[in-house]
Amino acid sequence: MTTSNEEKFIHKKISRRDMLKLTGIGVAGVAIGASGLGGVMKAMGYDVFEPVADSTTASNKVNFYGKHQSGIVTPVQTNIYFASLDVLVTSKKELQALFQQWTPLIVRLMNGEAMVDVSTNSRVPTGDTGEAEGLDASNLSITIGVGPSLFDKLGMQHLKPAELKDLPHFPKDQLQKEYTGGDLCIQACADDPQVAFHAVRNLVRAASGKVEIKWSQAGFNSFPAGGGTPRNLFAFKDGTVNPAITDEKDLNEVVWVDKGWLKGGSYLIARKVQMHLETWDRTSLKDQEATFGRYRDSGAPFGKTKEFDDFDVEAKDEKGNYIMPDTSHVHLARKSGARILRRSYSYASGVMSNTGTHDAGLIFISFQKDPAQFTTIQNSLGRMDKMNEYITHRGSAVFACFPGVQKGSYLGEALFNAL
Amino acid sequence: MNNKAFLSVLVAGGILMAGCGNTEEVKKEDKPATEQAEQATKEVDLSAELSTYQQFALEQMDQFLLDTEKFVNLFKAGDIEGAKAAYAPARMYFERSEPIAESFGDLDPRIDGRLADIQEEGKGEEEWSGYHKLEYALWEENTTKGYEAVADQLLADTKELHALVQTVEVTPDLMITGAVDLLNEVSTSKITGEEEIYSHTDLYDFKANIEGAEKIFEILRSKLEAKDSSLVATLDEKFKAVDDLLAQHATANGGYVSYEELTEENTKALAAAVNQLGEPLSQMGIILE
Repeated sequence: MTTSNEEKFIHKKISRRDMLKLTGIGVAGVAIGASGLGGVMKAMGYDVFEPVADSTTASNKVNFYGKHQSGIVTPVQTNIYFASLDVLVTSKKELQALFQQWTPLIVRLMNGEAMVDVSTNSRVPTGDTGEAEGLDASNLSITIGVGPSLFDKLGMQHLKPAELKDLPHFPKDQLQKEYTGGDLCIQACADDPQVAFHAVRNLVRAASGKVEIKWSQAGFNSFPAGGGTPRNLFAFKDGTVNPAITDEKDLNEVVWVDKGWLKGGSYLIARKVQMHLETWDRTSLKDQEATFGRYRDSGAPFGKTKEFDDFDVEAKDEKGNYIMPDTSHVHLARKSGARILRRSYSYASGVMSNTGTHDAGLIFISFQKDPAQFTTIQNSLGRMDKMNEYITHRGSAVFACFPGVQKGSYLGEALFNAL
Repeated sequence: MNNKAFLSVLVAGGILMAGCGNTEEVKKEDKPATEQAEQATKEVDLSAELSTYQQFALEQMDQFLLDTEKFVNLFKAGDIEGAKAAYAPARMYFERSEPIAESFGDLDPRIDGRLADIQEEGKGEEEWSGYHKLEYALWEENTTKGYEAVADQLLADTKELHALVQTVEVTPDLMITGAVDLLNEVSTSKITGEEEIYSHTDLYDFKANIEGAEKIFEILRSKLEAKDSSLVATLDEKFKAVDDLLAQHATANGGYVSYEELTEENTKALAAAVNQLGEPLSQMGIILE
């Protein structure tokens, strides 16, 4: 009896398929299916590549269109949701379609609008997941980049810039594959954590079957009431020596790529750096300050009084000792001679299961015209950096972030035009 | 023969009841009056699909009862190996028709409850019954002794469920939500190995849940074709992706490997394929507009 009914069940499926084949419906369906997820997009109401304008009335709004992508020289927001994705698409055409689909959706999100207009059919899930409803744009910026593995996966090696490659191994690196690499990245920063998360969640959902999330990290930054540099979880000011985001000339030297399809873009380096808070917290203030080479309260370099005072790393006191210890983080970083634009956030993600300590640290993010700038600094820090005692690098990734987009164009168009 | 005649009467009844179900269900919806009226006038006629699904679910339930009886008989005869072999295949009928089987609040936990669920409700182990308790006896205790009453109770509960499902109203929502729920079952418990913690036969349930969802899709196929043929093509492609992945873990005798044999990469690939199927599957509600 079991067998006969089981057969009946299976047989029914087959005869149904045969019927569809005979009527030709099944065949037509398959032919249309070649265009991928078009059906779902239509059903969800995601318009495929119809330009959307930056809103002129939205409050707390960062513009999408411009010479450069947002989220690089945009004033740092309070929250980040950073996501590294792997692509499931297997052709350059599908990849291009993905960026074309994402472009207007990103503009909508940055306008503080829902992904799609409200549908009349409540019997299907909504095209926007809805948790940003009632919140404004919150200065949301979205930055999209492509990783080295993408070019290998889709047979575009000839367009992979020589600079775009995985970072070398650095002393004290303990990289875990669950926080390392990725074909694409979405950096969503906003002055509201839910707005940032909502953006990543919805872009990934809209690309179901085309991308899958590989790793992600939420982060936060808090600014003193009077403005100024935010402090990291070691309580030191982080990002003091950044180039000014208004200094076009300086940014051209440090941040913006000036050649090829990436012209106007920038390389993003993401490092998940665990900070051992328990050991740091039992370190004397004097030793903490010697680790950085700066005073904790003012942020001033050793021997100076104000945060932005310039300093000479080679300066010595009357006894012939370096004023700024030569094992300090700032001394070694400055000595490398290289510069980057830092845009880091702190994270606190629960407890390390193997040690019971805080799982907290820094989602270090920097932008540079060549990842070698970061490598030079990191090599200079090397084994000497006193900070090594208190941190472990757990994740690492490099992405080439596209240049900005003009209305009517889409993210990465220059790359696809170069194919 | 008798059984067949009995079924056709039920199916006819089912159509009538399904018709009632529709209007009632619209009334119940917490919507502004205008929207309600709009939806009611736009309601698509799915009576043929509903009765096809009802027939399918009732057949699965017939088979579930027969196979449960077989399993209980083997168990009570003390045939441990025989009962183990019959366990997972019998459960597949239940898992395939879960949208219907689940409609009865009390019976579902009595038949399919896990010890963890019972304890969560603040109940003791003595209140635990059904398939998973016998699973515990067979795989953990390697015995049938002392569990005869549990086996009898399972058969009695299954008979009660079988009698109750004959009256169930199949609505468009039950079918469409049911298909997604079947996938959600897979995503939340089967893929984590939390359904069959003693026998590790989770992949049987996994397969059955997918088949249950696929059946609903097949029944709605022509309605979906009319509305959005590329959605149908996408669903064909995504069901195939899940089925192909599952086939990699099939055994020569038509079953599946133990959940314990799956690597983290295997489970991640299966979970991703199910999620990629779930997203377009959740759009089947477009036929209701």
